[in-house]
Amino acid sequence: MMGKLLRQPWVYSFGAAIAVWLATIAYTEGQGAGAILTAALSFATFTIIVGLGQMMVITTGPGNVDLSIPATITLSGVIAMKVMDEDTGRMAIGILAALGAAAAVGAFNYGLIRLLRIPPIIATLSSSFLVLSTAISYGRGIRIKPPEPLAQFAGAQVLGIPIMAVAVLALSIAMAVVLSRTVYGRSVLAVGQNSRAAWLAGLNAGRTRFVTYVLSAFLAGVCGILLSGFSRGAALNMGEEFLLASIATVVIGGTSVAGGRANVPGIWGAALFMYLLVTMLNTFGASAGVRLILTGLMIIGVIVLAGGEEQR
Amino acid sequence: MNRRLLRQALPFLTLAVVLAATFYVQPRTMSYFGLNLMLQYAVPIALATVAQMFIITVNDLDLSIGPFVGLVSCVGATLMYGSPALGLLAMLALIACYGAIGALIHIRNLPSIVVTLGLSFVWLGISVMILPSPGGKAPDWLKALMAVQTPWVPFPIIAAVVIGAVVQLALMYSSWGVVARGAGGNPKALTRAGWSMLRTKVVMYMLAGLFGVLSGLALLGLTTSGDAHVADRYTLYSIAGVILGGGEFTGGRVSPMGAVVGALTLALAGSFLIFLKISPDWQIGAQGAILIIVLALRALVSYGEQKR
Repeated sequence: MMGKLLRQPWVYSFGAAIAVWLATIAYTEGQGAGAILTAALSFATFTIIVGLGQMMVITTGPGNVDLSIPATITLSGVIAMKVMDEDTGRMAIGILAALGAAAAVGAFNYGLIRLLRIPPIIATLSSSFLVLSTAISYGRGIRIKPPEPLAQFAGAQVLGIPIMAVAVLALSIAMAVVLSRTVYGRSVLAVGQNSRAAWLAGLNAGRTRFVTYVLSAFLAGVCGILLSGFSRGAALNMGEEFLLASIATVVIGGTSVAGGRANVPGIWGAALFMYLLVTMLNTFGASAGVRLILTGLMIIGVIVLAGGEEQR
Repeated sequence: MNRRLLRQALPFLTLAVVLAATFYVQPRTMSYFGLNLMLQYAVPIALATVAQMFIITVNDLDLSIGPFVGLVSCVGATLMYGSPALGLLAMLALIACYGAIGALIHIRNLPSIVVTLGLSFVWLGISVMILPSPGGKAPDWLKALMAVQTPWVPFPIIAAVVIGAVVQLALMYSSWGVVARGAGGNPKALTRAGWSMLRTKVVMYMLAGLFGVLSGLALLGLTTSGDAHVADRYTLYSIAGVILGGGEFTGGRVSPMGAVVGALTLALAGSFLIFLKISPDWQIGAQGAILIIVLALRALVSYGEQKR
């Protein structure tokens, strides 16, 4: 039983998260243990949302990665704030517009990959430049607050547990079910393991990847709306940190970079680990430089411990 | 029309078109001084692109090259300014680090993306500790080297051609180069033929480290002071440069000369967009559009090639 558990890739990320949390509260002698967890849950949820999308993209096979997530988050946040214009009555339209734009980015990404045969890294990178320019030009110099209900939802807590974390937990469970129980999810795994074999088995790899890229962009859109609600407004650099974070959480969480193997619980562990790590280093009073170095070494350490792909 | 030839010529044609367009929009750039000014920052970008190319040759990807170049500029502006010997030692240590990373990635079979992602934090952290804010001074010889006025042809162009030609010779026309590219093309066959994958990878990573160091020093010679964040965009530039130059992410298919040309194109596109006076909001977007257009052309050209 124990041995089986230890072979699960997500165990490591949760183990690392718990270890870091324990080290933090040992240092503070138990003070703020709960508050740290609450904060970690709030901030980690954003990373988890985009991490789920990135996980699906990475799972569709080697070379597939979505670098346009940060730009899409920004675009969606800007559109949502501008369309809602601080008016609660316009919330639904704002959400629809933002998610529609995000999904369009995903479709555009896939168009570049499929029609122009551009490698996904470069395709999503180039499109992210275009998307970012669109966001900059559309949201020029405005600072609009989110409607009150949106801000309240994004910041609400019950007994120290953020409502949003619960919602994202439901989303994660849904994704896990989609991945293991639906034709689409199984196709993602099959295409990622062996695209040609999947094609011979009659799966439509093109459609699977199309849905995946749209899904990833859509989730980035969701993240953008919630994030601008949470931080009380959209900013043009709001997506920046999610480029590295989305990739790091997915891979530390045990999803295979070579594709074909996804891991939903691992994303939670990894996202909490990354946030708690920064909290721990802040608590210890580490300087910015030390914080960066240790963050980097921990990321490398976890991946070395968890091990790479089996030699084939 | 020979499509393969056309495909190989495409990076050069792209550069020619961007150059012609720049001359058309701003005729004054068509001079020794103008070209020098526009292309001087292309030298460090080209060096970083070549570094990235070595990693891509063995099917890996280096997400840490930008912060690494920044770190080199910080070390160069502090340690190397005070004591050249210590500075040189530090550079050698950095190159050795790259070799060790290559070994680690190979032995544990780790995803290079994640390891180099972690490394990018490490490099940035060290830089920030050395120079919390931009500062320091470039060694005088470095400044002199980057400001050298060559007769007839501006220095950046000569530098780019030399870099491209040397790496082209080593990687494309030497027996060692064939083994190195084979490490990306078919690692299994390489191992069965008795070559050490570990050694090949370590050498390629160290070469990447070497060119990263050269890039950082070249950049330092131009900016004359160190800055941890000076090269943050280099990671993306270098990847885009390799691909623009006709390289592919897998299979050891790269083109050193193409990579250098790709880097020049990217650097030039920046100036071109400024001359066009398009709104600053769309500067980044226009760069994305240029990338897409070039790659679309390539897809068009190779479409016929693959059909046969």
